[in-house]
Amino acid sequence: MMSELTNLTIAEARDLLAKGETSSKELTEAHIAAVEAARSLNAFITETPEKALQMAEASDKRRKAGEAGVLEGLPIGMKDLFCTEGVLTTAASHILDGFHPTYESTVSRNMWNAGAVLLGKTNLDEFAMGSSNMTSHYGGVENPWRKSGDNRPLVPGGSSGGSAAAVAARCALGATGTDTGGSIRQPAAFCGIVGMKPTYGRCSRWGIVAFASSLDQAGPMGRTVRDTAIMLEAMAGYDAKDSTSVNVPVPNYEAALSGDIKGMKIGIPKEYRIDGMPAEIDQLWLQGIKWLEEAGAEVMEISLPHTHYALPTYYIIAPAEASSNLARYDGVRYGLREGADGSLDEMYEATRGKGFGMEVQRRILIGTYVLSAGYYDAYYNKARKVRSLIARDFAQAYEKVDAILTPTAPSAAFGMGDKMDDPIAMYLNDVFTVPASLAGLPGISVPAGLSQDGLPLGLQLLGKAFDEETVFKVGGVLEEAAGFDATPAFLAA
Amino acid sequence: MSVDKETVANIARLARVRVDESHKESLAKELSNILGWIEQLSELDTEGVEPMTSVVSMKLPLREDEVTDGGYPDKVTANAPEGAHGFYAVPKVVE
Repeated sequence: MMSELTNLTIAEARDLLAKGETSSKELTEAHIAAVEAARSLNAFITETPEKALQMAEASDKRRKAGEAGVLEGLPIGMKDLFCTEGVLTTAASHILDGFHPTYESTVSRNMWNAGAVLLGKTNLDEFAMGSSNMTSHYGGVENPWRKSGDNRPLVPGGSSGGSAAAVAARCALGATGTDTGGSIRQPAAFCGIVGMKPTYGRCSRWGIVAFASSLDQAGPMGRTVRDTAIMLEAMAGYDAKDSTSVNVPVPNYEAALSGDIKGMKIGIPKEYRIDGMPAEIDQLWLQGIKWLEEAGAEVMEISLPHTHYALPTYYIIAPAEASSNLARYDGVRYGLREGADGSLDEMYEATRGKGFGMEVQRRILIGTYVLSAGYYDAYYNKARKVRSLIARDFAQAYEKVDAILTPTAPSAAFGMGDKMDDPIAMYLNDVFTVPASLAGLPGISVPAGLSQDGLPLGLQLLGKAFDEETVFKVGGVLEEAAGFDATPAFLAA
Repeated sequence: MSVDKETVANIARLARVRVDESHKESLAKELSNILGWIEQLSELDTEGVEPMTSVVSMKLPLREDEVTDGGYPDKVTANAPEGAHGFYAVPKVVE
């Protein structure tokens, strides 16, 4: 019974709860056991079983009283980048040691208001900077998948690697992620689950530890397209506390899953056919095109001419914003303090030198450099101009098509420890996800097949700004056609 | 663009991050590689292109300039490594 409960989709669990065939308490207990059983994955930084049970009991009471929200009674994981009141929040960084926020992020607040239950805070790359989850101060996360005939541990992708691993291993019905350059979509692809990055401005950034404010966006991770649609409806919404939050109504995303894409126009960007792309990824992409054509969509080649420049643009803008955002960690207001015997400047330098890991330091230094006098125009302003060109590419493409189909990542999951000595090779993981991030557009990764080694591969669908409905609709068709039902080597419970 | 050890020391000082002497050489190499890779943007002609400030075309909202929150210094300073009387405490700044 336990494993049956943890194997449910969010939609199935919701329906069982509504029919009174299970309770939030029962569902939550099964998932608490699953979280414990999966400790070897290191997917959670903090487990909150007692809080989960309290929330589940309160949820069951609300349901009895006839008040059930969109996520009523459903146990989920929360990326440890969302501030949760009274619950340790680390951003996977040493510098936030012992930080217990005295406030709740808007997105997590929205989810509790909708009835969700917190299982714990999931692991991530430090400050969400990474594509492997290996930069976490709390150690890497193991992908529950293994190559066939090879038991070496693989990364779950990143930065939302703990969330992806937890959902894939059946520890949580769903989990939150944040995506700055691919941090929801790439780990979703690596772990064989669905991950959705909404339009910039759709979810409030208030109370999310900031990485690159013009790019960061929260989104759902789940085992089906429908589950992510249900979650996003609860997460999204205008928030006066985030000045970039956009005041538009949140639709019922689940209702968009009609399965009908007849006559819809889907673009295939020719610039995404990059050198050295594995044949199996190209094959899967062609298969995806075929599936959408068979469902009645009209598929056409499009051009996004500045694609090649998206990654270098991102690696100016994101570190520049990060170096400013991370200036707040100075050993004064929260977290770690080192070198307090010296001067104020010495304390700052000691605290930040000890508290930030290597990748975070690298990005702070790059960001400081590109923003420094004499280089600001050559690097930062140049990148902002190229960003305008990249956004214009998409705007022109969307005059002709309704959505765009690409692979999510240029490879399947790689080994823990691989690519660690080559930052640029690591950055290339995000080659297909970064352009839409720069343009602020919504995108989803849907598991679509297995590599020759038996690892999941994802396809990505991108949509127009604030048209998540089309992204979900086409994603649902892709999911249905792919019929992805493989399960990872490791399953909790 | 090649970055040397002195440049690393300078930007580390600007960023208030202590970098061990033994790390400066390898960081200089890594940053040079990354900046060299970024350099490819200079191939692009961006004459007359407006730099992007926001991906969403919207006017930043304004509100009345009035106090809407506050009055709980203990809560605000609850996470301070060192604090006293509702203030943050730092090493002595003025002799």
